[in-house]
Amino acid sequence: MFGLKGDWSLDVKERYFTLEDYCGAEPRWCTGCGDHGILAAVHRVCRDAQLKPEKTVAVSGIGCSSRLPHYMNTYGFHGLHGRALPVACGVKSRRPDLDVWVATGDGDCFSIGAAHWIHAMRYNMDLTLLVFDNGIYGLTKKQTSPTTPLDVPTNTHPSGALLPPLNPLTVTLGITNISFVAQIVDWNAQLRHEVIRMAHAHKGTSFVRIIQRCPVYVESIGKALQDEPARMQLLTHEKGVQVDDSVKRQFPNQAEHDPSDIHAARQLAEDESVLPLGILYHNPDAPRYDLMSSVGLEMTAEEKLAGLNEALDHFAI
Amino acid sequence: MLLENMWAEDPEPKVREQYAEALADFKKRGLIVHELPIQQECLKLVTDPRKGKNMFVLGMLCRIYNRDADKAKEEIAKIFRKKSDKVININHDLFDAGYGFALDNIGYQFSITTAPEDRLESALVMNGNTAAGLGVMAAGIELVSMYPITPATSASHYLADDFPLTGGFVHQAEDEIAAIGFAIGASYAGKTACTITSGPGIALKTEMIGLAVMAEIPLVIINVQRGGPATGLPTKVEQGDLLACIFGAPGDAPKVVLAASTISECFHFVILARKLAESFRTPVLILTDANLATGVQAIERPEATDEWFAPPVDQSKWDENVLPYDWDEKTGLSERPIPGMRGGEYILTGLAHNRNSKIAYDTKSNQEGMDMRSRKLAALAATLKPPEVHGDPEGDLLIVGWGSTIGAIEEAVDLARDAGNKVSSVHLRFLSPMEPGLKTATRLTHHCPVARTGATHSSRTCCGRTRSWILTAGPRSRATRCHPPPSAGSLTKPSNR
Ligand SMILES: Cc1ncc(C[n+]2csc(CCOP(=O)(O)OP(=O)(O)O)c2C)c(N)n1
Ligand code: SF4
Ligand SMILES: [Mg+2]
Repeated sequence: MFGLKGDWSLDVKERYFTLEDYCGAEPRWCTGCGDHGILAAVHRVCRDAQLKPEKTVAVSGIGCSSRLPHYMNTYGFHGLHGRALPVACGVKSRRPDLDVWVATGDGDCFSIGAAHWIHAMRYNMDLTLLVFDNGIYGLTKKQTSPTTPLDVPTNTHPSGALLPPLNPLTVTLGITNISFVAQIVDWNAQLRHEVIRMAHAHKGTSFVRIIQRCPVYVESIGKALQDEPARMQLLTHEKGVQVDDSVKRQFPNQAEHDPSDIHAARQLAEDESVLPLGILYHNPDAPRYDLMSSVGLEMTAEEKLAGLNEALDHFAI
Repeated sequence: MLLENMWAEDPEPKVREQYAEALADFKKRGLIVHELPIQQECLKLVTDPRKGKNMFVLGMLCRIYNRDADKAKEEIAKIFRKKSDKVININHDLFDAGYGFALDNIGYQFSITTAPEDRLESALVMNGNTAAGLGVMAAGIELVSMYPITPATSASHYLADDFPLTGGFVHQAEDEIAAIGFAIGASYAGKTACTITSGPGIALKTEMIGLAVMAEIPLVIINVQRGGPATGLPTKVEQGDLLACIFGAPGDAPKVVLAASTISECFHFVILARKLAESFRTPVLILTDANLATGVQAIERPEATDEWFAPPVDQSKWDENVLPYDWDEKTGLSERPIPGMRGGEYILTGLAHNRNSKIAYDTKSNQEGMDMRSRKLAALAATLKPPEVHGDPEGDLLIVGWGSTIGAIEEAVDLARDAGNKVSSVHLRFLSPMEPGLKTATRLTHHCPVARTGATHSSRTCCGRTRSWILTAGPRSRATRCHPPPSAGSLTKPSNR
């Protein structure tokens, strides 16, 4: 609540926010759904960063995952299926003072919203983008999503998904001007929290693909990974995510990876035999479109009026 | 008639033949034809006269119509200001050559009286897209989010040049859905934004327009209509998006639709639209069209004032007892909390919701939301004045029109009245909600067709007692009745529908 500053003076915050200050309505996700843990991490990161609730905006599309804003006590925008990113970018474009979060699903982001995903990554506006990837369309009851694994039966493909799944990491890492790419699983609280914290702290679009359990429709996807930890590989590096030994013990398969090395990141993403966890890529210096779109914000009414008259002059005879 | 004669000696016999035929046809119509070697003259200056022949002709016209050549050359330099001096010089040379050619070879000149000096002083010359762009700046809008589409794009080209003068930004999105989504995001965050497009873009934006209606997000949408459907006639004029704009979204989605009929209105309606959007918490569509977009006219210089500007974003504390949709029972109006306002935190949703912006599927909440959203339009309608009648309020025929057909309609009405017919017209600016008093206006006349540029009778839906006519607004801007021709009976009998 209070902190001591370097010069021993007392740093008294005018307002201090607790977890409760970020909690909105009671979540209505199914029991055992991975979304609960992700929400808890978002609340904690907001609290740790002491974000002002009125300056925080959670934007989403449509899907189970996109219900997240309703469970926040901040401003929120629960818009249209697939269209969270354009709205979030628009919010940020002329309001750089707002802290913008995006919650989207694998259908929302990688299918109907795929164009926006690619372009928003390139715009690199300061957003925290969480993709809840359960490998299925949850809200609409078990249709194949772009990331549904081969042979997993769904209501649109009862004898199993027909095509190999899309690899969101190779796609994202192939986009020009990306600045932060990470991957986590929903069920490890510390890894989840640390990566989301780093994603939020990064200035630019931070893409976090979260392998999220949907026990109701595709229990097998999460289970297969939980039963076989060797299929996941924890990325370690001084510039990457820092976790305790307890977490390291849960992910015995580890690899040292420098997040500033895009080529190494792409190689990790391409190897689909293991799922890399942690920070794949981080470049704090990529150009940010929000810095470009927010030009002229400080102009006064007098200056604008003078500008308008100058513009009108261009058309005088 | 001045005619380029290059086809007279074309290597293709067929072209030579067609040229001769056309020439004979012109002469048969009694025209005096001057065949001119424009191509040959231009070849003396440039290797490809297809680029620049227009400048040669402009020079000729300046001489024939007795215009100030220096002024014309100034304008040429202005148009090519972003190109090199070499480009400007060659265009000036072509212009001079054309002027000299006319001086030496064309033995007549016309004089056109110019407008009085004081009128010129207060006049601005521009097309409707530029006017709309200036309107955006004058409204204090800070963001235009668009995806290129003819004939709307030039508005954004203009803004890309001058928008920084008022601190604005043009966002070229990845597609029209993203363009409107981006604008909606900015508007939600308190910076009412604008998206500019044409028919096919409106089709893509439809779901987002519905969201803006449902969640009551202020937004200005300019639709510079072109011919449809599909890619249709990108450069031609049609008023075919009327129903798509008023009724296009899924479900009941009442919204404000304005139609600019002049270049000046292209400017002023954007200012009006932003104010309406914010006061009524709604998307406002402005319909213009390819005619207005490209037609250049002199307009009265608007007296700019900062009262047109959007006020700075309100970041004061929000009274926590006031719900995010605190609808006024009578008008459906409510104030909106803007991100940054402490105590106003709410989750906007496109799902059916109650006053507290909580998802609510129950009958009562849905009914209330529906009522409130349409009540806003009724509240706006109550503030509108009846349209002025052009001609007498009583007569045999009242033509109802909207948009860029105003010139054609009023000219046709004047011609008909000069010929002794009792014809009048009204021109609508508000299409949704509609201006009041139309019932009275139509009661005083026997017949009331709606004139617009298009093929079907959509107007019937908008105005109960109407017959749909098509208006072809050709270069001579004559209104021609063509389809469907009213039967003789219906012309004499008053319609009681
Ligand atoms: C334009 C449009 N198309 C389809 C839908 C129906 N729809 C809602 S959510 C959804 C898929 C959700 O899947 P995902 O994004 O993976 O989210 P999840 O529910 O799995 O979290 C679909 C197809 C819609 N709401 N809007
Ligand atoms: S259906 Fe699946 S994704 Fe949706 S809430 Fe239930 S468990 Fe979660
Ligand atoms: Mg999903």
